[in-house]
Amino acid sequence: MAEAALTASGYIKHHLQNLTYGKIPEGYDHAGSWGFAHSPAEAKDMGFMAIHVDTMFWSITLGVIFLFIFRKAAKYATEGVPGGLQNFVEWVVEFIDASVRGSFTGKNPIVAPMALTLFVWILLMNLMDLVPVDWLPQVAGVVGASVFGMDPHHVYFRVVPTTDPNATFGMSLAIFAMTIFYSIKIKGIGGFMAELTMQPFEAKSLPIKILFIPINFFLEFVGLISKPISLSLRLFGNLYAGEMIFILIALLFSSGIGLGIFAGVLQWAWAVFHILIVMLQAFIFMTLAVVYMEMAHHSH
Amino acid sequence: MNINLTLIGQSITFALFVWFCMRFIWPPVMGALEARRKQIADGLAAAERGQHEQELAEKRAAEHIKEAKGQASEIVTQAQKRASEIVEEAKGDAKTEADRIVTGANAEIEQEINRAREHLRKEVVGLAIAGAEKVLKREVDKGNHAATLDDLAAQL
Repeated sequence: MAEAALTASGYIKHHLQNLTYGKIPEGYDHAGSWGFAHSPAEAKDMGFMAIHVDTMFWSITLGVIFLFIFRKAAKYATEGVPGGLQNFVEWVVEFIDASVRGSFTGKNPIVAPMALTLFVWILLMNLMDLVPVDWLPQVAGVVGASVFGMDPHHVYFRVVPTTDPNATFGMSLAIFAMTIFYSIKIKGIGGFMAELTMQPFEAKSLPIKILFIPINFFLEFVGLISKPISLSLRLFGNLYAGEMIFILIALLFSSGIGLGIFAGVLQWAWAVFHILIVMLQAFIFMTLAVVYMEMAHHSH
Repeated sequence: MNINLTLIGQSITFALFVWFCMRFIWPPVMGALEARRKQIADGLAAAERGQHEQELAEKRAAEHIKEAKGQASEIVTQAQKRASEIVEEAKGDAKTEADRIVTGANAEIEQEINRAREHLRKEVVGLAIAGAEKVLKREVDKGNHAATLDDLAAQL
């Protein structure tokens, strides 16, 4: 195990493994009891009943930071001359409000706050990618070894929650559930089913209509399901790729002074470029979520 | 990369965050923004109203000035008229007074002349009598001829 951590592929694998907590499966030490997985295979064998502690920790921490700062500004919000924090928060809120107004025409008080939460939260989670890839995992290794008495090589730690498909799918599935809920609430169960089965192929006569139902349903269902999948995979894919490049650049640091300096320049350049991706992906995710909500509120 | 409970945990976390944001963050911030927008709009409207009022006031002031100017010129005209009237009046008065003084003086002169004439007459009479007395010392009795002499004196 210690050997694996020193090779390039071991290093990469280590960086791509979440800190998984769950019931330790058969065939491993302490099988049957609850604990952290000691290897990627063990984490995989834990199955569904396990949780990525690092993903949850960072996403909740960042979300709480976001809510705390914004709540502080909102609590002392004054209609007079705003202070620095209020100014910043108002700037963000107005930006979100303008984008939501641009793509959402219905009346639903949940959409704009949802967009704000999505944008800032995802942005913060994405920004964790700019922290040099080894810093926080090293700290976690030291903490894990000294506080919890774990082997530092087995303390897996991924600091960017959006590189965990669980996080992105978690959000997109929640949005998917909301779009289904509001579709049924606004259009009724019949209207929702009609939207799934009566288009894109339409017909005047009843038999042909019935004939079209399975075809329409197949097409619309694929479209419906593809929304949350594409939404989450887009975010996950972009951030995962970005993180992977940071890891590959970090590998260069151990290859001599020349390559190390080159790696430093590369890391800086990629980080600058990555800021764009980080912002863009947060914005795209938010905008698409709003658009899906808009589609749920209006029949086309 | 395993799909596990994190998925559900993340969904719940997301839902809670959205709820918190919707309940405690969005309304106050939007409220403050809306209130400020209204305040600014009110301020702008008030400024416009003030400007309008100022314009009206200026117009009113100009009207007042015009009116006052008219009144002033009218007063000046009246005063000039009155002044010339007073001058004319004074002229008339002075003329009358002068006439009166002249008449008075003339009358006094007349009186003086008469008095002097009377005096002279008396003197002449006295002298004539004295002369006649000297001439007619004995023949003329003062008492007998007094009536005659008086008659003579009256004729002088």
